[in-house]
Amino acid sequence: MQKALVTIAVAASLGLGATAAQAAILDDVKAKGYVQCGVTGGVPGFSAPDSNNVWTGLEVDFCRAMAAAIFKDADAVRYTSLTSQERFTALSAGEIDVLSRTTTWTMSRDTQLGISFIGTMFYDGQGFMVREADGIASALDLSGAAICIESGTTTELNAADYFAANGMEFNTVVFVDQDEVVKAYEDGRCDVYTTDSSALAAERSKFANPAEHIILPEIISKEPLGPVVRAGDTQWFNLARWTYFALLEAEELGVTSANVDEMLGSDNPAIKRLLGVEGEFGAPMGVENDWGYQIVKLVGNYAEIYDKHVGPDTPIGLERGLNALWSDGGIQYAPPIR
Amino acid sequence: MTDIGFVRSAMTDARPAPRRTSGVGAWLRKNLFATPSDAVLTVLGVIFLLWVVPPLFNFLFGHAVGPNGTVEECRMPEAGACWAYISSEMEFFIYGFYDIPQHWRPNIVFALGALLLVPLMIPKAPFKRVNAVLFLFVYPIVSYILLAGGVFGLTPIPTEKWGGLLVTLIISVVGITLSFPLGIILALGRQSKMPVIKTLCVAFIELIRAVPLITILFMASIMLPLFMPQGMTVDKLLRALVGVTLFTSAYMAEVVRGGLQAIPRGQYEAAASLGLSYWKQMYFIILPQALKHVIPGIVNNAIALFKDTSLVYIVGMKDLLEAVKTKNDTALEWQSANTATTGYIFAAMVFWVFCFGMSRYSMYMERRLNTGYKR
Repeated sequence: MQKALVTIAVAASLGLGATAAQAAILDDVKAKGYVQCGVTGGVPGFSAPDSNNVWTGLEVDFCRAMAAAIFKDADAVRYTSLTSQERFTALSAGEIDVLSRTTTWTMSRDTQLGISFIGTMFYDGQGFMVREADGIASALDLSGAAICIESGTTTELNAADYFAANGMEFNTVVFVDQDEVVKAYEDGRCDVYTTDSSALAAERSKFANPAEHIILPEIISKEPLGPVVRAGDTQWFNLARWTYFALLEAEELGVTSANVDEMLGSDNPAIKRLLGVEGEFGAPMGVENDWGYQIVKLVGNYAEIYDKHVGPDTPIGLERGLNALWSDGGIQYAPPIR
Repeated sequence: MTDIGFVRSAMTDARPAPRRTSGVGAWLRKNLFATPSDAVLTVLGVIFLLWVVPPLFNFLFGHAVGPNGTVEECRMPEAGACWAYISSEMEFFIYGFYDIPQHWRPNIVFALGALLLVPLMIPKAPFKRVNAVLFLFVYPIVSYILLAGGVFGLTPIPTEKWGGLLVTLIISVVGITLSFPLGIILALGRQSKMPVIKTLCVAFIELIRAVPLITILFMASIMLPLFMPQGMTVDKLLRALVGVTLFTSAYMAEVVRGGLQAIPRGQYEAAASLGLSYWKQMYFIILPQALKHVIPGIVNNAIALFKDTSLVYIVGMKDLLEAVKTKNDTALEWQSANTATTGYIFAAMVFWVFCFGMSRYSMYMERRLNTGYKR
């Protein structure tokens, strides 16, 4: 049966084009000339079509950064829209080279699925949204408030735990569908709406009057979202991981897509190493020495990407919070390039 | 004496029919208020229409924001449908992620398809045979080359970028065209006296019919890659096409079998007694009669397939409905209270136009072919 299926697949793929990948992913990627990037079906700010019908977003830019490091061309990326059920299969079957799809880093996924998380592109976590008029400033003031929540989700369990731990009265209005939850909150059937803070912000941007709603500062769960690669190919894993670190390092060193050309002449050895002016950091990863320069030049540093897609000036309007650099009070931290 | 004759020498003028049986009042009485229950239903119906139609009209047209409107108008509290959103995102709804400068390619494919399909559907148009060969064999190749590119200097566009109405039409046209002959072969195979062929056909039909389409697509998207050698992948559009075609062909086979069983045994025997081979019997005698019986069933399947194409979101393809949904979720610059509703109404209207068209055409074909069974 399997043989027959393979035969059919071989015959079929001759017709509509197939991608072949064997041992080293980087070699295959170079041979085909693009990075195949698995993205969501459309989550604003993370991966979504823009007004020119091109994929855009924080996670999309990670794939673009990898393409910049490999090909000096951030557009050498093809996107595969994946549902959450098929994402890991697609990755382990080699349909995509990197999965950048709002995927939460958990231990079981990291250890049991034959995949490796390369880092946390975005620290998400469950938050609370309330109406500004209600004058609530902290999640600890929410005792007894009616909370709109999706039933049977970790969201519900997290909230229950948080309320129990703080000795508050937990009063929920439960729905089975996310859209119903939002609608109920908007119609005033409850005082609080809770889900992951990035989703809260995205939903808020769709409200008739977003400014009337505030997201409370407390984050009650850990949802680290990060890109994922297949396990077992260290070279590809390193390239993905250091692409991410280069984005952070560039922000920390103040290198932006606008000033990167001037920075080439900088005396700071850390900047010289990042931009490939000094040292040999590209070759061991299988890319050219100016990989860091290309990433920053073509895509930008982490702050630029963040502010462009989900930052305070976008409709999503998320403050940096945990996603600020370690030096600015957040927990985004890159090991030194040396 | 004079005989008093009472003979009319001229016709009297016709008098109008009694008022009770003619005019608006009578029509109303006859059709709407014939019995007390009719009267109650009429009143309820009118109330229902008054309740539904004016708000609906206001939403769709009266208070709607026209195609050239702005998002600010759509966000007004009293605004209705936001047609500006549809016109602004129309390209995504039709072509998906297909590169905007290359849109002329799908446009040519659409135009060619219409040019070939319309004369094929008009009985009086000449050159049917050439037309059919062009549509069934040349057109798919030309379309594929145009859409996928990579040869003749056309920029290659991977199928992941195809989307919207384009994908809906590709899947439904390919699905309908392929599943029809496949279904006929399966139906004939099921009636065959050769045990192997018969068993295979029965097994295929019963297996596929017993599984929901959504499961077949899940299989194609999640299980299939696990069977493949590492790095070997099958194009997603192809998976969807194969899944949808196989699924529909099983249903088509059962519809055609119904037609075959409606043909009296005498027809088979008569055909055989003429000394025709099996295929000639089927082609000249049996199938023309059998298929005529089951046109409604066949069209039913075609319409169902057209609507089922929206399930390909399971393999991550963005068909029309999924394209609309994606923009509803992600086009933040167009967010307003009625944006998503307008998007769904638009998708429903497109689906309705195509399905209604198919249904009307099938009724026309039935009337034209209905030579011996008129009731």
